Amino acid sequence: MSISVSVYRYNPEADESPFMQQYELNDIAADMMVLDLLKKIKAQDETLSFRHSCGEGVCGSDGVNINGTNGLSCITPISTLKQPIEIRPLPGLPVIRDLVVDMEQFYKQYRAVKPYLIVNDPETEVEYRQSPQQREQIDGLYECVMCACCSTACPSFWWNPDKFLGPAALLQSARFVLDSRDQATEERLDDLEDAYKLYRCHTIMNCAQVCPKGLNPTLAIGKLRSKMLKQLL
Amino acid sequence: MSEIRKPIEKRRFDALVIGAGGGGLRAALQLAQADAAVAVVSKVFPTRSHTVAAQGGVNAALANVSPDNWHWHMYDTVKGSDYLGDQDAIEYMCRAASRLVIELEHFGVPFSRLDNGKIYQRPFGGQSQNFGGDQAARTCAAADRTGHAILHSLYQQNIRAKTNFFDEYFAIDLLNDEDGYILGALVMSIETGEPLIIEAKTTLIATGGAGQLYRTNTNAHINTGDGMAMALRAGIPLQDMEFFQFHPTGIAGKGMLITEGARGEGGYLVNKNGERFMERYAPNAKDLASRDVVSRAIATEIREGRGCGPNGDYALLKVDHLDADVVKKRLPGIYDLVRTFLHIDPTEEAIPVAPTAHYTMGGIPSNRYGQVVVPELHGAEEVIPGLYAVGECACVSVHGANRLGGNSLLDIVVFGRAAGNHIIEYLAESRFHRALSQDSVDSALEHLARWERRGGTESVDVIRSELQATMEEYCGVFRTEEVMKEGVEKVLELEARMQNVCLKDHSKIFNTARIEAMELENLMDIAVAAVTSALARKESRGAHSRIDYPDRDDERWLKHSLFFKQGRKLDYKPVRMKPKTVEAFPPKPRVY
Repeated sequence: MSISVSVYRYNPEADESPFMQQYELNDIAADMMVLDLLKKIKAQDETLSFRHSCGEGVCGSDGVNINGTNGLSCITPISTLKQPIEIRPLPGLPVIRDLVVDMEQFYKQYRAVKPYLIVNDPETEVEYRQSPQQREQIDGLYECVMCACCSTACPSFWWNPDKFLGPAALLQSARFVLDSRDQATEERLDDLEDAYKLYRCHTIMNCAQVCPKGLNPTLAIGKLRSKMLKQLL
Repeated sequence: MSEIRKPIEKRRFDALVIGAGGGGLRAALQLAQADAAVAVVSKVFPTRSHTVAAQGGVNAALANVSPDNWHWHMYDTVKGSDYLGDQDAIEYMCRAASRLVIELEHFGVPFSRLDNGKIYQRPFGGQSQNFGGDQAARTCAAADRTGHAILHSLYQQNIRAKTNFFDEYFAIDLLNDEDGYILGALVMSIETGEPLIIEAKTTLIATGGAGQLYRTNTNAHINTGDGMAMALRAGIPLQDMEFFQFHPTGIAGKGMLITEGARGEGGYLVNKNGERFMERYAPNAKDLASRDVVSRAIATEIREGRGCGPNGDYALLKVDHLDADVVKKRLPGIYDLVRTFLHIDPTEEAIPVAPTAHYTMGGIPSNRYGQVVVPELHGAEEVIPGLYAVGECACVSVHGANRLGGNSLLDIVVFGRAAGNHIIEYLAESRFHRALSQDSVDSALEHLARWERRGGTESVDVIRSELQATMEEYCGVFRTEEVMKEGVEKVLELEARMQNVCLKDHSKIFNTARIEAMELENLMDIAVAAVTSALARKESRGAHSRIDYPDRDDERWLKHSLFFKQGRKLDYKPVRMKPKTVEAFPPKPRVY
């Protein structure tokens, strides 16, 4: 079958302003993913730039906006999409070229939550014990692939990307706050006490709707809120 | 030089690490914690590195589930390697395993847990208790996302240690001086297209494998063996490149990996008659025999007309008899993957699978300190000063002719750390930077400038597709003299056609066409190494399986091959058969 695709193009060396370019693609199989379309376009027009790597939804390189919704191109099937399929860069971040955005703001917020296990006790020669029930507390949190689909779908992040941590970083914060091995809970929660960092979340829930891994940052933020409240009391 | 170039920016570090997968990050962490100035260059943001896709787990004889010790692990690894593995390196890796997996846990890796709170372990292929006895459960797992869990934790620890990252920089060539010291690399910012010289007293290559050599593979787009090709161009040979692992269970026709953990959790393979055929090929280990054995079994079933599907070209992997909750809890990634790409529910239907290109056993010859070693004037293993290699791009060799599942994540943390430690010692003795040779800078720049050429009649996309198809057809699971000879010719023809490849897009900013062109150059160098080495080895050992030489020939071929790019020359060196602290495992017939 053939299919029409409309792709956001912008090369700062050549284009005065961004534009949408139409492509008609032939020999399209019904079970293809959006990434397959982008690769087909790349084969005929090598000037199109986009990020991709693992092709199976675990590396998180290929977050793009497809027909208005953020997702990973490699695991978004074309069968459910209305034509022409519109592919744009993730919204709210500066575009470097075509579908490639500058993710530094997103990574900065990730680094801001101290995304590493902090243990103050002397290091044992055996594993820190953790029951299966304790370990379950971080299911739905540790699987994040840092694709930025959630944060760039969040209006609060669009308005305050420098002050509001955004759903991805907050999910990461919850991943360590809820890890029974971590000993910096108090410090982590204190760090979030500020009008913007967490409290700019207005539970719009775009994040949970778009997460390609089926994670729920809003729920994680809710857990952080209640922990913060408990600590305050 | 006549032309005037604007000066190229230079940065100076103690240590340069090329590649930000598990091997590079583990080494970088060791270095950053020792207060060395370390730069990590990666063509993708670190958590996009292919370590992220490892599923089943990492081997260590923790004995949390079955009785175990490192010596049994060593035996299994030597046997798995079909005796081509270097026994001192294997001994070192297996001895270090438990400590380093505990260390990973302390870094924050969210391992699955047993009821007593210890790390969950599952059975994997080729694992035994007591030197070939009952099945062992040695693979430490974070569900089926162990690579993701480890890579993210290592990156996080590097954030904590304030490692310098050069994200989305592509390494072009190694730089050296007249005395042969490796002193960094020429790299390029993908975002700006500007070259950058990174000078360093030591350079560690940790750039992963070259699965993109094959059309159907389990690997990421980025796995183009860049570091291996850089080494080749610097005059360093590649070792054992004829040994390429085909994973038994890639999704048929598509390639996505289905972890061996699926069989570890109780899954098994059937042919079109519903027969559990592995019982015929490996009466004891059955579906948990070594990967080379299982891949050959599936390929044989298909060749002999017992494959499944309309074209009879795959086998079925059954996990639908297992408790659906076990599948969702222990194999959640597989559960998602199968539903996404096959539109079936693996708890209800069997999964179509076929042997799929997966892992490069060969690579840059190195020793157990991560130092790169080559034959020079005084022996087969002389150190190249300042150069290190670890992980899939290296050949220590702990995997020999066939890697055991769960040993690659182990390889990268063990030798990443070992290289880090050795670099720290080296730095203590090397207080000053040596001067770069301008020749080496110039030739690296020329390499980059080659892609400014215009005209040309060939495209990257076409040559890459033809190369992948050629490798699949002429250098696959089963090999013969006749077919491989043709394969060598075809690859050399493609290599010649590379001269006529030119880019249409010469822009600087985030030009992925330029990156893909240089990646194809790298793949081409490695393809030549692989087919040449494969044609020469006239025996069957591990993953190198020749129909015309069906037996292992220890008398003639118990040796490592070394391929040199200059003159496409082959050389050989002995396997290191002597461990340091235990008796050697002499070669014996390998049955599972």
